[in-house]
Amino acid sequence: MEIYELTVHELLEKLYKKEITKEEILTSYQNRINEKEKDVQAFVTITEEEAKEQFKKVQEGNNTSKLAGIPIGIKDNICTKGIKTTCASKMLENFVSPYDATVMDKINAEGMVTLGKLNMDEFAMGGSTEHSYFKKTKNPWNLNKVPGGSSGGSAAAVAAGMVPWALGSDTGGSIRQPASFCGIVGLKPTYGLVSRFGLVAFASSLDQIGTLTKDVEDSALLLNVIAGHDEKDSTSAAKEKEDYTKALKNDVKGLKIGVPKEYFGEGINEEVKASIEKVIEKYRELGATVEECSLDVADYALATYYIIACAEASSNLGRFDGIRYGYRTKNYENLKDIYRNSRSEGFGAEVKRRIILGTYVLSSGYYDAYYKKAQQVRTLVKNEFARNFEKYDVILTPTASNVAFDIGSKINDPLEMYLADLCTVPVNIAGLPGISVPCGLNSEKMPIGFQLIGKPFAESTILNAAYTYEQNTDFKKNKPEFKN
Amino acid sequence: MSREDYEVVIGLEVHAELATKTKIFCSCPTEFGGEPNTHCCPICMALPGTLPVLNEKVVEYAVRAGLATNCEIEQNSKNDRKNYFYPDLPKAYQISQYDRPLCKRGSIEIENEKGEKRTIRITRIHIEEDAGKLNHDEFGGGSLVDLNRAGVPLIEIVSEPDIRSSVEAENYLRKLKSILEYIEVSDCKMQEGSLRADVNVSVRKKGETKLGTRTEMKNMNSFRSIVRGIEYEIDRQIDLIEDGGVVEQETLRWDDVSGRTFSMRDKEDAQDYRYFPDPDLVAIRLSDEYIENIRKSLPELPESRRERYIEEYKLTEREANLLTASKYLSNLFESTTSICGNAKAACNWILSDISRILNEREMEPNEIPFTSDHLAELIALIEKGTISSAIAKKVLEELFENPNKPSKIIEEKGWIQISDEGAIREVVLKVLQATPQSVADFKAGKEKAIGFLVGQAMKETKGKANPQMLNKMFVEEINKM
Repeated sequence: MEIYELTVHELLEKLYKKEITKEEILTSYQNRINEKEKDVQAFVTITEEEAKEQFKKVQEGNNTSKLAGIPIGIKDNICTKGIKTTCASKMLENFVSPYDATVMDKINAEGMVTLGKLNMDEFAMGGSTEHSYFKKTKNPWNLNKVPGGSSGGSAAAVAAGMVPWALGSDTGGSIRQPASFCGIVGLKPTYGLVSRFGLVAFASSLDQIGTLTKDVEDSALLLNVIAGHDEKDSTSAAKEKEDYTKALKNDVKGLKIGVPKEYFGEGINEEVKASIEKVIEKYRELGATVEECSLDVADYALATYYIIACAEASSNLGRFDGIRYGYRTKNYENLKDIYRNSRSEGFGAEVKRRIILGTYVLSSGYYDAYYKKAQQVRTLVKNEFARNFEKYDVILTPTASNVAFDIGSKINDPLEMYLADLCTVPVNIAGLPGISVPCGLNSEKMPIGFQLIGKPFAESTILNAAYTYEQNTDFKKNKPEFKN
Repeated sequence: MSREDYEVVIGLEVHAELATKTKIFCSCPTEFGGEPNTHCCPICMALPGTLPVLNEKVVEYAVRAGLATNCEIEQNSKNDRKNYFYPDLPKAYQISQYDRPLCKRGSIEIENEKGEKRTIRITRIHIEEDAGKLNHDEFGGGSLVDLNRAGVPLIEIVSEPDIRSSVEAENYLRKLKSILEYIEVSDCKMQEGSLRADVNVSVRKKGETKLGTRTEMKNMNSFRSIVRGIEYEIDRQIDLIEDGGVVEQETLRWDDVSGRTFSMRDKEDAQDYRYFPDPDLVAIRLSDEYIENIRKSLPELPESRRERYIEEYKLTEREANLLTASKYLSNLFESTTSICGNAKAACNWILSDISRILNEREMEPNEIPFTSDHLAELIALIEKGTISSAIAKKVLEELFENPNKPSKIIEEKGWIQISDEGAIREVVLKVLQATPQSVADFKAGKEKAIGFLVGQAMKETKGKANPQMLNKMFVEEINKM
């Protein structure tokens, strides 16, 4: 096996046994980027020289972390001091943050080495990474397919072996859906577990930073690094630090799993459905009890999500006004022109669509009918999950109702694109942890993923459930083929 | 119909900058001034990815203000976003409070022009962040943004439309200012903009119960312009109605130079602020205990001091009112009195000469450069006859210039009163010789002539002669003649 094919825990083991060196790891990944990036287009910024320098500093320093020198890729909406943070937008094409996001402080404290900033849908709005201002990222399993989104660059880079793991952000499925499309593991932690300070906000009450990794053990390892209370984020939870790797017991005996019937009705792809049914079988075999359950409000979750997310986005993106930083139009005669033209020229169509939607639902006269109603439904969704969690330890659904689609096939149909989030958005609305785990390939050899949803801050439970499935199945034998 | 046939209805929205050390959502200093954009950080500059964290002192100060103005405290409050675009507002929204302000339903008592007590109700007090400042035309034609003030905490105190005249408006604002100073939540420096008011004015025919259409004058920051602005608006609105016109609801800018108001924006620009709860911040939950602790920590308020002054120091109601209107003057009075034991003298000095000098120099009481020790010594020196009150006035001027011990000042300036009998008799004789007419007048029964003679003698001694001795000696000498 090539180094770039290994998981991080495997790398650590080989390092421990002195079978490989940290230099070899860095070189292997940087070579892999040189080889595959032209096909996959996962990076907005490759920090080849900076990474080498950072690596040198870590080697010279006395960082005793076992992760010191291990490379990582970062979604381009997480602020990195001195390295461009573009959110894949023309608006921030040349923006360099003067500060590091809290997660970057943690990553840097471990001595990890940032290989680059990864492509995404502009401002994390989208499910295919086609809404990037810079480039369209390709799915390593089939270069004609999307990698999913919005963390499509992160997912594709991990799947292609260009980074051993990556950070992404998930507002409505933006980690889990691309993880599922690219055949890797994607974890969205409970809202408040990971600090949002330095994550460029899309929808503040839904955004959460999480991990994209080759397997579940790596998710636990990386979550150990990034989780924790942060005084700079008022919505960050004051929770004791946990070691999530300790939760991986390879045992689900007695685990109670609920499978909401609502996610297996109309619209779900037959091959996906069959694959999830096999997952259910496997869990039963492993000693878990699996029952059909109901999430009544699932139907309303998507509408609720788009109202809340767009409302918050319309306000969060107001600061991109051409005054202090970012893109400013050359075409203006007065202040109104600066605002109107900078924003018209600096934002892409999808971002503008959501700003307009959000502005509308917050407008006086419409607030009660949309935003307020959506917040009420949000409470219902939370209660519905809570009701289910009285009976079940985890809830299992498909991550997406279908596999990765062809590039360009949905770009002109926003509603169709929004429907791709159906299975993932309720989790953000309720602020719960969710993980996507690969469970097979369809007839076209495109990956399928299933999602496990846990109680608030029950990352350990879903990680163990995911790990147990993974340990007793062999998805890993499949490798992306970079098919043209 | 004339002005007397109309009733004036005024409501004030007062913004006070809170005297916290750091800003409301980051740890930048709130200090006034400083080079542009030196008191700011990624958070108050609204760089991408930054998040606000509420400064708990701001909540505490707002609750203090609420309790001092008899408000109910909202135990389950929150922050909301008020969205609009302007270059001084870096996030394109102001974090404010919409439907659950920290304090509501309060009131304060004021006096109207007839000396009658009036209760002005306070609708609400909420916390919010200040915006930055635009400096226009400093370089070429452009405007420069200074974000030092962005994120400085404010409370907005909204009154009910209970105010009926410009005098009441002024008294209300003075009362509010003194309360905020007493409880030490704001330094209320109007010239630095740390206390400013939006003034809503409407008129209606007497007896009418429906409110007239109001206009709003924005960002007024002196008592004088508030009074002038209100008077102007009253006249303008009444004239308009009398001429058969209608008052338009609009936002106005008061121009101090031309003495009139100008329309700032028309209705087409009516803003929809799209208020919604700020998802970056958590709910503000206040326990009974928290509120009670703040209530217990409140200092004595002007109302209670006022009563104590009348009771304890036998001051008149007017004197007590004036003294307690400013916390600094009131403190100076109490401290001076405790040192020299002469409340009446302390009161007189503060309300007459000191207040006059403050006015002349456009200074705030807290800018008085000397201490109560100095004032107490000054009063003692007069009592002992070391200096005359005429000299004392000169000493006071000097105290404003170069604060020092008054005894030092009179020594250095050679202002010690002449109380030597021989020296005074010499001056008296000299004056009598020079003004035979006054002597004749006095003898003819014109008692006032003595005043003139004493005045002449003072002139002769540059004010240093002891006036009582002069009086006595003139009478003695004339009687001898």
